[in-house]
Amino acid sequence: MIKDSALHPDHAVYREVVNAGDYYMRPLLQGQTLRILDLEGNQAADTLFYNAHDTSERYSAIDTIREQGNVYLTAGTVLVSNEGNPMLEIVADTCGRHDTLGGACATESNTVRYALEKRCMHACRDSWLLAVAEHEEFGMSKRDITHNINFFMNVPVTPEGGLTFADGISDAGKYVELAARMDVIVLISNCPQLNNPCNAYHPTPIEVLIWD
Amino acid sequence: MNDAISMSDAIHYQSRLPGGSHWSMVLKKGLTLRLIDDEGGANVGMLFYNPANLLERYNAPDTLKCQHTFKLTQGNCLYSDMGRVFCSITEDTAGWHDTVCGNATQKIVAQKWGERNYQQYRNDWQLNGYDSFLVEVAKYGMGKRDLAANLNLFSKVAVDAGGALMFDHSPVSAGRFVDLRFEMDTLVVLHTCPHPLNPATEYPRKAVSFQIRASDPVADDDLCRNHCAENQRGFQNTKLYTLGRA
Repeated sequence: MIKDSALHPDHAVYREVVNAGDYYMRPLLQGQTLRILDLEGNQAADTLFYNAHDTSERYSAIDTIREQGNVYLTAGTVLVSNEGNPMLEIVADTCGRHDTLGGACATESNTVRYALEKRCMHACRDSWLLAVAEHEEFGMSKRDITHNINFFMNVPVTPEGGLTFADGISDAGKYVELAARMDVIVLISNCPQLNNPCNAYHPTPIEVLIWD
Repeated sequence: MNDAISMSDAIHYQSRLPGGSHWSMVLKKGLTLRLIDDEGGANVGMLFYNPANLLERYNAPDTLKCQHTFKLTQGNCLYSDMGRVFCSITEDTAGWHDTVCGNATQKIVAQKWGERNYQQYRNDWQLNGYDSFLVEVAKYGMGKRDLAANLNLFSKVAVDAGGALMFDHSPVSAGRFVDLRFEMDTLVVLHTCPHPLNPATEYPRKAVSFQIRASDPVADDDLCRNHCAENQRGFQNTKLYTLGRA
């Protein structure tokens, strides 16, 4: 569902451009709103959320899918934790559909999807592992790297049970906005994938904006 | 020898799990686990871990995207997050297994089927899949941070054009089975608790029989390995991991 935001970037309390291949890891407080902006189009923002006070509670793709009875995420979707609690709600979305089935790229899954010789190419999971290593204050490790949201990715499921990686439906300037229902840690890998036509083999920057 | 029986016909062990229960076991490379839906309508929640490195675990998103599928059935491989194949679905008379709907929780079971505690109901209490997994993984030093999207064998959940989930509760015949051929040593954690979307009015307590036997060797024309180029590479990765071992 397409829903525009009334928030103006000039009033944001925080703004950061995140290059492809980099990560973003910062708290977002209950009541704040986070926007992820696809600056150049068809970029994938691989995103995880954790309860800032107990990181063993985290975004759960399976619980979110089951509780809303739908595999796609868009405006109105409540992101549910593994404890069944609402963490954030998608309050605006100019893209219309986001994926949470396809997971993130990893060097190991790249060997399966593309070629064993591509094993050393940069991948989202490597960005997350560096993020948790560089942020010891959160006390996280590979155990905490779970199934993510792919904002701006279009992964349609067919009635026959197929999974297709369709061309992106995002474009330059499209965004998704989330209101935090609890204090969370936001962990984004701006996807560095060079082997997938979904970003035209050209990963690009995103911008993160926060409003109080 | 005309009277020789093939290795794969020899059942090393067989038993039965009551409905609404949980168990775990390590299955070695070269073994095949057959799960049988004894009465029709069972659900088997399942997770895999590498017993030599518990951080390597079943990864549903990788499994789906590597094979461009939403449903799991014969020919599919079940992948770890390290690009290796824990096991292959070599036989399947059910046709569609879910891996995106997760588990029923204590809350979901109470809402759908009421609370039945152990004190009053003993073995007829109503366990849920989430707590069942917590108990089993704790036996290996793991906890809720180690749970991942699980398999729900024998449960079909399709998706309509708008993305809505549709749990298939049409009648099924007794005796459906699925064979999992293990391609590496695997810690198997499983429960027989109801699927969280099962609309049954009574808690569906469905027993599951299992058999463990030696697998036939993986032939050059193996259905699962040749299902797609991705699975050939998954098998290569798994072979690299076991280089130098029998």
